[in-house]
Amino acid sequence: MKIAVTTVNNDGLETKLDSRFGRASYFAVVDTSDNSVEFIANQAKNASSGAGVQAAQTVADAEVDVLISGNIGPKAFQGLNKTDIEIYSAEEKSVEEVIADYEAGDLEELNSATNSSHAGLK
Amino acid sequence: MQITVLSGKGGTGKTTVSTNLALSLSNVQFFDADVEEPNSYLFIKPDFSNKSESVLRRIPEVNQDKCTACRACVDFCEYNALAMLGDEVLVYPEVCHSCGGCKHICPEGAITEKDKEAGEVNWDLEVKDELEYWQGKMKIGEESAVPIIERLKEEINDYKNVIIDAPPGTTCPTIEAAIDSDYCILVTEPTPFGLHDLKMAVEVVEELGKPYGVIINRAEIDGDQIIEEYAEKNDIDILLKIPFQRQIAELYSDGIPFVNQLPEWKEKFQEVFADIQAVVK
Repeated sequence: MKIAVTTVNNDGLETKLDSRFGRASYFAVVDTSDNSVEFIANQAKNASSGAGVQAAQTVADAEVDVLISGNIGPKAFQGLNKTDIEIYSAEEKSVEEVIADYEAGDLEELNSATNSSHAGLK
Repeated sequence: MQITVLSGKGGTGKTTVSTNLALSLSNVQFFDADVEEPNSYLFIKPDFSNKSESVLRRIPEVNQDKCTACRACVDFCEYNALAMLGDEVLVYPEVCHSCGGCKHICPEGAITEKDKEAGEVNWDLEVKDELEYWQGKMKIGEESAVPIIERLKEEINDYKNVIIDAPPGTTCPTIEAAIDSDYCILVTEPTPFGLHDLKMAVEVVEELGKPYGVIINRAEIDGDQIIEEYAEKNDIDILLKIPFQRQIAELYSDGIPFVNQLPEWKEKFQEVFADIQAVVK
């Protein structure tokens, strides 16, 4: 199974989760079969508009099964909802820890956007 | 003659300057292009009655049966208004800039366009003798003010003294309000913020190649040097100073243009206009 986590940096499983979805720095894509991790730079980080839309596109293109982030805005959520990706919200802990929390069933699954547009810019 | 009143910083006095200038001249056509928050009507007091028209813009509509998921449109869109999620192309009308590029680039002819309301324009062709008033208002949720300002500008009458109250800042809407004008008035205030944002506004009008001058609002004898030194160093005309004065502030808070109460100021604005005419010719 492939899990994407929004992260502030790209240095391994110790990297902390970035609570912003659209304007996160990286997406860590973890393959849980062997715990390998691949980082995708978020091209939408500095987009003038539609960052959440572009970030959703990146995550969908990475063909992940699960997305773990902090806050997700309405446009991104609407887009991700069209896919089969399950979306969870977690605290700003390391990638390793949030994946352990996910596997233990301790994360909250999101059924709607957590905040209004442009929250990631504040 | 077409004059745009702009400022880098918001709240410096664009509306104060543009409305008082308009009320000091004859044969005026006034445009409130600060379409996110038009407020010059508070001072000019037009009667809109039923004079309102929707401003529409075009947004794409995707025929999913014709779409082959090639993503050409998604890759083309600079504004992230399109995404290929699940098995369909999603359109985000709020962030679409209505450029029409996706329709053009789609190899399957799967994209058509439909209208979306972007805002409205209101007008009063005779507020008083020789004063025609136009205002644009953006719809809540829209991202770009440009379509409304473009629509307003279709009404410009070259035989009138056109005054455009521009949106604050130095981005696309401000540029749209200034790009076809003969002259730009940059309004500022004698504070570090005022100077900082004046410099940004100067960069814009220099880039546009427009003649321009500065009006200092809330001017104070022992504070104006911050702007004056910058203007002198860069050879920029200071057209007028409006003092930081209780009487002017009180009239403003009552929605009364101060030239109506203090006629000597009408003459000062007329002199500013004459100075501008001499520059533009």
